[in-house]
Amino acid sequence: MDFNDTPQEAAFREEARDWLEQNVPSQEELEGLDEIARCKLWQKRKYDAGWACIRWPKEYGGRGASSIENVIWGQEEAKFPTPAGVFAIGQGMAAPTLMSWATEDQKREHLPPLASGENIWCQLFSEPAGGSDLAAARTKAEKDGDDWVINGQKIWTSGAHYSDYGIIVLRTDPTAQKHKGLTYFFLDMKSPGIEIKPIKQISGGANFNEVYFTDVRVPDAQRLGEVGQGWQVAITTLMNERAAIGGGGGGVGFSRVHRLAQRVMIDDKPAIEDAHVRAQLATWYCQESGLKYTGYRSLTALSRGETPGPENSIGKLVGASKLQDMANFAMDLCELSGIVEGPLAEEYGMYPGAFMGAPGGRIAGGSDEIMLNILAERVLGMPQDIRPDKGIPFNEIPTGSNN
Amino acid sequence: MNFEFSAEQELLREQAQSFLADHCPPATVRKILESNEPYDKDLWQGIANLGWMSTVIPENYGGLGLSYYELSVIAEEIGRALAPVPFSSSVYLATEAILQGGTEQQKQKYLPGLATGELVGTLAFGEGAGRPTVNTMKTTFENGKLNGTKFPVADGMDADFAVVVAKSSNDQISVTLTDLADVEKKLVRTIDPSRKHAELTFTDTEAEALGAVSDGWAFTNRLLDRAAVLFAWEQVGGAQAALEQAKAYAMERYAFGRPIAGFQAIKHKLAHAYVKNTLARSNGYYGSWALDGDEAELALAAATCRVSAIQAYYYASKENIQTHGGMGFTWEFDCQFFYRRAKLLSVNIGSERWWQDRLINAYEQSNVAAAA
Repeated sequence: MDFNDTPQEAAFREEARDWLEQNVPSQEELEGLDEIARCKLWQKRKYDAGWACIRWPKEYGGRGASSIENVIWGQEEAKFPTPAGVFAIGQGMAAPTLMSWATEDQKREHLPPLASGENIWCQLFSEPAGGSDLAAARTKAEKDGDDWVINGQKIWTSGAHYSDYGIIVLRTDPTAQKHKGLTYFFLDMKSPGIEIKPIKQISGGANFNEVYFTDVRVPDAQRLGEVGQGWQVAITTLMNERAAIGGGGGGVGFSRVHRLAQRVMIDDKPAIEDAHVRAQLATWYCQESGLKYTGYRSLTALSRGETPGPENSIGKLVGASKLQDMANFAMDLCELSGIVEGPLAEEYGMYPGAFMGAPGGRIAGGSDEIMLNILAERVLGMPQDIRPDKGIPFNEIPTGSNN
Repeated sequence: MNFEFSAEQELLREQAQSFLADHCPPATVRKILESNEPYDKDLWQGIANLGWMSTVIPENYGGLGLSYYELSVIAEEIGRALAPVPFSSSVYLATEAILQGGTEQQKQKYLPGLATGELVGTLAFGEGAGRPTVNTMKTTFENGKLNGTKFPVADGMDADFAVVVAKSSNDQISVTLTDLADVEKKLVRTIDPSRKHAELTFTDTEAEALGAVSDGWAFTNRLLDRAAVLFAWEQVGGAQAALEQAKAYAMERYAFGRPIAGFQAIKHKLAHAYVKNTLARSNGYYGSWALDGDEAELALAAATCRVSAIQAYYYASKENIQTHGGMGFTWEFDCQFFYRRAKLLSVNIGSERWWQDRLINAYEQSNVAAAA
């Protein structure tokens, strides 16, 4: 075993690093631009040089690179403080779905502007009545000539307010069984009848939105897959949501909390000398290390041209709870001042910030409980849950007062 | 990136798994657990015939001269099968001590016999409750003689020789070799009688220092680090087997009209076991890499895979019983084997707490901390 690149991988890494060193935007270039403008500037520069979405085929704006090259590129880019984020859903989830289900003309029209950063996409799946139970979507689309007319509400839509396009799952037949009455579309987010309201989170941020649809028209040509095949198309999107190989690092993690424990005191001695503190920190070290080397095993599979096993799906599950527990622990280490936020707090309130943000990490992109079900069913081969809604027309499924 | 066992190493695993499935079924574990036999001698001979004890011993001492990756694979399979043999004592501890600290003469004397399994060695380190330290060590080594009591010593009843850690008059720790033929031995009852333990009392027992050792305490700790990686692989193998047993039972056992494997309480429990096992396994790779290359990070890697493996095996073995319900608590069922072995292995070379402490020490002394 070793951690070394193959000669081809090393050459690719060097090429990527050279380009990055010469092209990552300077602070001066980014000054005065808002986050979206910064992301767009960097994305366009990568696109023009053939470094955007490198795993995509060239005709769609990519580079035709291999999976392992894509990971290497990600590792090298992560070494620089480049603006990122607003394209993640479009490039990471919408694009693979388009590649599998859109027409050739649609791919050539929509993928290059996704790669260049010209267009930002969002994902309109969750609804007030369906989060973990995504197929319970009620927002309906009714056929009217060559269009469909959408009415209803989506929720938890990240970036809806600055997106150009969205991917959406809609109820086209409420009398069919739950999974069979859905159809998948993409639509222009500037269409008349769309109203977007931000949701303020417990962390104080407002990344998510409620999106209301009132008689919004979408052409039938923007349907992906057949009418009633929406669930199958949605699975393509969801598979890509959790496919990323995580690197971790930064933020509230072992090395930072270890340094905090060296700095703060328990009974006149550095907290790190306390046996309980040591034991607890060691356990988190093992988790971080385990995730890191699990990632290396997946990389090895990619490097050998194989498909990584299911091991990698544990990352979000382990990482989200670890973050929450470490923030909680670090605040305790600060004792009476652990609750303080802002400039007077340890490290400008990083720990309370992480504490308030962590519950979201355990819910977004598949809650802990959904992730455990996936591991049990798809990895261990255990049976699916009993589903009282199975085989019943969607409009006859019981609902409660909270949805 | 090349962070997987090779195809040849995976082939070795298949052979080991199939041999142990045939020659070490649960009935073999039960036989030793329920008897006073020190270990399964037929199984030991079978393993010897396959050359497993000689894996990392150089060819000029009668070994196969393979890497610690091969030994890691074998350790995992021994752990999975709960093999009731003195493999950990003789291979990870005694053989390692001589390979790392023996003089040429000592290597020639011991290694060929260890390689064939005719000679069984062990480590005599602990002296009862509490973490052994330079200060607490009571057994003495002076003028070539050992005096004191070591307990519990794994495989102490039947081992031919022991590597004994003792204190010399200058308050230095010595690592010594002694023949156990004439040493007073008492069988110690432990939580896992499928692996026998003894109390050894040394009374002016002739011993010789492990010749190439300068700092005995540092050497002992390094020896424990090396062994910890291999113990961790046994634990990973056991944890995986316990999870598989729990799943198999849950798929067959019906309650409330369906297999209990269909209930989230059971699914999530076993998914958590899978997560812990995966983390422990990946950390095991890290440990094997550090062990095979004798890397500067070995102490950190060893503690990391050891703590991870202790946690994984404890969880998998206790939740295996829980998944079996009342039947899991019966003597007749095999769930107890994993639960016993998990605890035995978790304290055999020092507890979770001890290794967590070592992990923080190792981290602070490593380049990893400087780079963070």
